[in-house]
Amino acid sequence: MGFLEWATNPWGQTVPIHIAWFLIWVAMIAGLLFLIVHATWLRYFAEPREFVHDTPPQVAARIPEQVPRHSLVARLFHWVMAAPMLTLLFTAFLPKVGVQFPWVTYHWIAGAVLTVSILFHVIHASFWLDFWAIWPDRTDVEDAWKRVQRFFGMPAPPPHKFAKYPLENKLFHGVIIVCGLSVIFTGVLMMSRVRTAFFPRNPYLFGDMTWGLMYVLHGLAGVGLIALVIMHVYFGLRPEKLPITKSMIFGWMDRDFYLEEHDPERWIVDTSSSSSTSK
Amino acid sequence: MAVIRDVMPAFELYQPSSVADAQKLLQHHGSDAWVLAGGLDSFDWLKDRIRKPKAVVDLSGVEELRGVRTLGSNGSDGIEIGAMTTLTEVVNHPLIKLKYDLLAQSAEVVASPQIRNQGTIGGNVSQDTRCWYYRAGWPCYRAGGNICYADTPEGRNREHAILHADRCVAVNPSDSAPALIALDAKFVVRTTKGERVVAAEDYFIGPDIDITRLHILQPGDLLTAIRIPSEWAGAQFYFEKVRDRNVWDFPLMNVASAMVTSGDRIERIRIAVNGAAARPLRLKAVEDAVLGKPRNAATGEMAGKLAVQGAVPLQFNAYKIPLMRNLVKRSIGGVEEVTWAS
Repeated sequence: MGFLEWATNPWGQTVPIHIAWFLIWVAMIAGLLFLIVHATWLRYFAEPREFVHDTPPQVAARIPEQVPRHSLVARLFHWVMAAPMLTLLFTAFLPKVGVQFPWVTYHWIAGAVLTVSILFHVIHASFWLDFWAIWPDRTDVEDAWKRVQRFFGMPAPPPHKFAKYPLENKLFHGVIIVCGLSVIFTGVLMMSRVRTAFFPRNPYLFGDMTWGLMYVLHGLAGVGLIALVIMHVYFGLRPEKLPITKSMIFGWMDRDFYLEEHDPERWIVDTSSSSSTSK
Repeated sequence: MAVIRDVMPAFELYQPSSVADAQKLLQHHGSDAWVLAGGLDSFDWLKDRIRKPKAVVDLSGVEELRGVRTLGSNGSDGIEIGAMTTLTEVVNHPLIKLKYDLLAQSAEVVASPQIRNQGTIGGNVSQDTRCWYYRAGWPCYRAGGNICYADTPEGRNREHAILHADRCVAVNPSDSAPALIALDAKFVVRTTKGERVVAAEDYFIGPDIDITRLHILQPGDLLTAIRIPSEWAGAQFYFEKVRDRNVWDFPLMNVASAMVTSGDRIERIRIAVNGAAARPLRLKAVEDAVLGKPRNAATGEMAGKLAVQGAVPLQFNAYKIPLMRNLVKRSIGGVEEVTWAS
């Protein structure tokens, strides 16, 4: 049982043609296993969290009741991106598990919407948002090491509270970038193999080996996204994470949650006006 | 093209004598099983060693799959044709010739007399496409790969699809399929969940739904019979097949129509073409457009133009657009009524 499907092309070359479809089930089971293990650990074994210090009262006093977290544009992007992402996953993999429908047109249209939305996000995040907020910094790495040491019962000081995004969130974003850009890059090129409104068909744009590897990368990133989306939805629905999920709908999180989870020195909230914004 | 070898790959041969036994075997072996009807499609695949099933279930000994039966008293509800009934038996059956001559006409132009003696109606509607890239065993979309070799600037696609292509541009090669659609036939399929009866047009599927199959049969399923209702018995029929060699060839395109007129007005009509897409196409828009109109050349002209709307020719098959337009035109106006237009 191989992870890839191979074929012999008319020129006698053995080339990969796509991933083995059982990997769909592997990704689904991996995603579900993760959430079962994580939920069990959190319910029965996790120690209460401890941070290095509490927020000073004079700093806490300046924090508004509603802490702005995501701008309207950022929220719109998130949901506009989520719709084609789910459409892409369902249209790609349902036919492979026996649910048959004319999926190709829906798939490439959703892919085009996702591509445009990601391009928008890159530009928006680069010039209008705090670009570095989603990337791990030195404190994240140091705190991660402290958390690992404490998890294994080794002596280590408590970590800092989080910046705008916890390290896990930043790492998830990083993996999504890798998978997302892989499916987008390969998907845009693969559109030259079907009839779309964008390019004239040219199935000979690349050689069979290049095409095969492209299909494999598209498939691997795609099944990876199955597990990632399961995990993302799981965390979005966990009770202790609901304030974060709500902030992706309403744009703000409440003061208590902010003070409990976040370090005002690492995530500086603009308190200069009632229409304060967050970066 | 693939080199034809004399020795087929080894497989277990099963020769059941009842539908129940055949179905058990097919369900037991699942996707490892191959259904052998007349063998005319099967032996190409097997001798080319492109398909290597572990088990072949030969239906030739299943008597209940043979013959033509009447439904209702004296066929008042139509007829049922066993899937293993040969095309010659279909052509020569007196009741079919009398009431459902459209099917007899279509079966009579399938291949050669020898092939019609061996080939079955079930096999004719369930046969695989004849796209040579696919038949040669190349890893095209239909074979589970990621390319269509025919839909390329250099691809030999003279016989391929002009409508409803979706990555794969192969066409369905059946002659009897459009006739059965025009007659509003129902296909009886035994599945793992029991018997399923589907309209003829729903038996066939295009690459947009499943790029690896031309019909709905899944591993373990068995087409047992085709029922033709009496609704179109004795209607005005038209069948025409265009092929490169008139003595023996697959269709470049064919058309079948069943029509009931009142005076010169078209009261009811069903029309289907094959060879234009991966599945035989019922031309519902054309049927709706010509209802109530006089059966003449002008109506045929209008119908022909409507039929080819949305057609996208490949590099070498643009001729199929006027071909389809004219066939549809003739199927409504009749050969004497209309002139051929390029």
